[in-house]
Amino acid sequence: GSTSSYLPPPSLSSRRPCASLSISDHRSTSLQQYLIVKMITIPYLTALTTYFSYGLLFAFGQLRDFFRNLVDWWKASNLQGYAPICLGLEDFYIRRLYLRIQDCFGRPISSPPDAWFDVVERVSNDNNKTLKRTTKVSRCLNLGSYNYLGFAAADEYCTPRVIQSLKKYFASTCSTRVEGGTTALHSELEEVVADFVGKPAALVTGMGYVTNSAILPVLIGKGGLIISDSLNHNSIVNGARGSGATIRVFQHNTPSHLERVLREHIADGQPRTHRPWKKIIVVVEGIYSMEGEICKLPEIVSICKKYKAYVYLDEAHSIGAVGKTGRGVCELLGVDTADVDIMMGTFTKSFGSCGGYIAGSKELIQYLKYTCPAHLYATSISPPAAQQIISSIKVILGEDGSSRGAQKLAQIRANSNYFRSELQKMGFEVLGDNDSPVMPIMLYNPAKIPAFSRECLKRNVISRVGDMVGIKYFPAEPKKPQLEEGRVKVE
Amino acid sequence: MELSNNITTTFMNYMKNASDWVTFAYDAPFARAVLFGVPIGGHLFVEGLLLVVILFLLSQKSYKPPKRPLTNKEIDELCDEWVPESLIPPIKEEMEKEAPVLESCITSSAAGPHTTINGIDVVNFASANYLGLMGHEKLLESCISALEKYGVGSCGPRGFYGTIDVHLDCEARIARFLGTPDSILYSYGLSTMFSAIPAFCKKGDIVIVDEGVHWGIQNGLYLSRSTIVYFKHNNMESLRSTLEKVTQDNKRAKKLRRYIVVESVYQNSGQIAPLDEIIRLKEKYRFRVLLDESNSFGVLGKSGRGLTEHYNVPIDKVDIVTAAMGHALASEGGFCTGSNRVVDHQRLSSSGYVFSASLPPYLASAAITAIDVIEENPQLLTKLRDNVKTLCTGLLGIQGLEIASDILSPIVFLILKKSTGSLKNDLQLLQDIADRLTQKLKVLQVLKEHSVFVAPSKRSTLDKCNLPVGIRLFVSAAHTESDLQEAYESLKSVAASILTGQN
Repeated sequence: GSTSSYLPPPSLSSRRPCASLSISDHRSTSLQQYLIVKMITIPYLTALTTYFSYGLLFAFGQLRDFFRNLVDWWKASNLQGYAPICLGLEDFYIRRLYLRIQDCFGRPISSPPDAWFDVVERVSNDNNKTLKRTTKVSRCLNLGSYNYLGFAAADEYCTPRVIQSLKKYFASTCSTRVEGGTTALHSELEEVVADFVGKPAALVTGMGYVTNSAILPVLIGKGGLIISDSLNHNSIVNGARGSGATIRVFQHNTPSHLERVLREHIADGQPRTHRPWKKIIVVVEGIYSMEGEICKLPEIVSICKKYKAYVYLDEAHSIGAVGKTGRGVCELLGVDTADVDIMMGTFTKSFGSCGGYIAGSKELIQYLKYTCPAHLYATSISPPAAQQIISSIKVILGEDGSSRGAQKLAQIRANSNYFRSELQKMGFEVLGDNDSPVMPIMLYNPAKIPAFSRECLKRNVISRVGDMVGIKYFPAEPKKPQLEEGRVKVE
Repeated sequence: MELSNNITTTFMNYMKNASDWVTFAYDAPFARAVLFGVPIGGHLFVEGLLLVVILFLLSQKSYKPPKRPLTNKEIDELCDEWVPESLIPPIKEEMEKEAPVLESCITSSAAGPHTTINGIDVVNFASANYLGLMGHEKLLESCISALEKYGVGSCGPRGFYGTIDVHLDCEARIARFLGTPDSILYSYGLSTMFSAIPAFCKKGDIVIVDEGVHWGIQNGLYLSRSTIVYFKHNNMESLRSTLEKVTQDNKRAKKLRRYIVVESVYQNSGQIAPLDEIIRLKEKYRFRVLLDESNSFGVLGKSGRGLTEHYNVPIDKVDIVTAAMGHALASEGGFCTGSNRVVDHQRLSSSGYVFSASLPPYLASAAITAIDVIEENPQLLTKLRDNVKTLCTGLLGIQGLEIASDILSPIVFLILKKSTGSLKNDLQLLQDIADRLTQKLKVLQVLKEHSVFVAPSKRSTLDKCNLPVGIRLFVSAAHTESDLQEAYESLKSVAASILTGQN
């Protein structure tokens, strides 16, 4: 049967309801920063009230389910022999907890996700089950989109070039890369990306999620071992599962635990047969989007070198946002890019575009071009998006003739650190490291999630709310609370 | 004699002593005591002793060889000894082949019906631009206005401020076009199927799938961990017998969900699935149908609504319909439609929707415009059908190759009549044909003669599909008569020269 996946009470050592802000670099006065703070122990009273509130919500939901079952027993079901799509408790969380606060998620916007944007207001006639759009919009401060370097809206350098490439190559190539989908623009893009990241060659796909899901099965199969950080993103988990290799997890960002896991598994060999492993890949992320922490890359790389494991670095959030020239965690932490075997990243966050890339040695990229399903079966990346990436990289590197790139990078660092310190002064409990643009603020109590979200909307500030326990069970749950305009609130 | 007598006497004495003791024990006062109303005989004393001995033996620990975990030094040695395989296998020759790079030419955009490769003008049969919407001015206009208004990317997943009003408009438009209650947009064509399937098929469910489906569906099924049963490619008899067998085997399958997964026009062979048969079987055996309409949306049916219109089946009989928009709609991304329940369920449990950034808004607005264009110009569909017919009739009698696809399918799939037996060699032969076609200009040295660009279908090492590889020709409504004539004549001559003696 199917596994029931309703919400269990949160454990103190794992995630708790929190808010996080995403700061984008912008030369306006808006303070958008991601704050990151180390794990703080929770006072007992807070923990108790949190557990109590979850328990109450759960009990209430069960009661309503009970009555619903009674009512349904009277009415004939219209399924007639088909098993229902969701059985029993599978969608308990969705029906009873999420639907009540559904208006805090999925808010549509009607302008580009810039520093200030227009949020469309929605009304509900049936108690939050369905929401309808109205024509009213409210202009809000954006602390909830992944717009680190401010490339989200129409940019003075990028947009004219993008429109030109649209006219030349059209919005889509309608074919795969190996057939008719490689244009001169794609080759240029791969060269530029490889240069920027610091590797000999790169491969670009049209979507970041698919990159992870399609690359890991090609590189490793049955008889291999994947050791991944416990808080890795869902795309990595999917890719690892799809590969058929054995998966083991090490404690989040703890190199000593990684070493112990590696030693134990190399000595033991494959499960049951004890044959030696074919290969071992360690998967880590540059900046973890939920915690806002920066990966301890130098230690992890040295451990992997010692035990001959391959390192796979996912820089979805860190590429373009950290480092002196924006080249990601390797530059920030001083790690040689030749030590990291496979570097992966996405273009959605800092470059204001879409797509993902893999960078590695020339042979690796050649092999991937020959076997990777994302390359052989999927439509190639849209040419205007490719042009946007090329132009934004040029701006970051200063090749467009202005110093906007350097300014943006300095601005986001300054913004992040300022905002973090201000929030901490205000007494918020903020997670994450310095310099990282992701700032989760702990709220703990689940009832505070919608309260915080709606209050912030009233004051025209947008962030994200959510509770992190649900990440493993329900994808919709990563919530980062909204943050108010720091300066205004302090006073 | 004396000795044995002595021994016997001594033995008898011992025995007598022992029996005296036993009798004494039996006759001892406590032996006759009455405990709790139960007379205790002397024999109970012996049994008590036995019990004590048994308990003593049981309480002894059984012998286990002592556990000796590996010492640190031993682990170090093992770690030093271990040598991993290299990350990638050694590069072979065929891997070094680069994909052809398209450049745009004056008459159309880069991947349009005419294009330039390495300086040679070719007719492009390798882009799935079925209705010729690539380069259409209306789409260009809507894209440009969307780019100027929204920028390129959407910078966020759908749950958190990545939902732009064009997404909601696009979903509503698609639902209106197809006649379903609602639809959901995905940001990539390939991820549509492999995110939608694990949202519905969980561990333990039964899925019956055609063996010729593409890699996205295979990966989705693998991730969903359900029981997968394949049936022969596009063979309804095989489907019926498989359904029969599965229903028999799983009598208690009341709580199990059962699905049939088919594609409307198979990418790997160009065949069209007979939907009316499938619906009949589905209703008889109570399965749900998942239909992938990537290559038939905008192509089949009187007004382009796909396979359901083609077979006159009401759309609500098919439970879940998905499609990639990168084919007829000349955009990117994918969508999924069905009942409200189906669509709402995916908004929270489909990983490719929740965990990934949303579709760039200009592509969504391109899709809306494309659907408007299709609705207003049904003559594009008739033109496409005529083109396919012309090409197929022109290709009859080609040497060494035969048409494996359906006459109505926009993909014309040519396979070798006599396969060489190995996938690699087949692919090599087909690649030779494709190369010769592109370079025909150099070979014949005839000026102003267009060459033809086709591509053989490639297989990844992860693909489990067993269907033969072939040359795929994507016919477009933008191809002219002369293009098609060029195509089939060149194909005939090149095939004749390379595949001599194979007929």
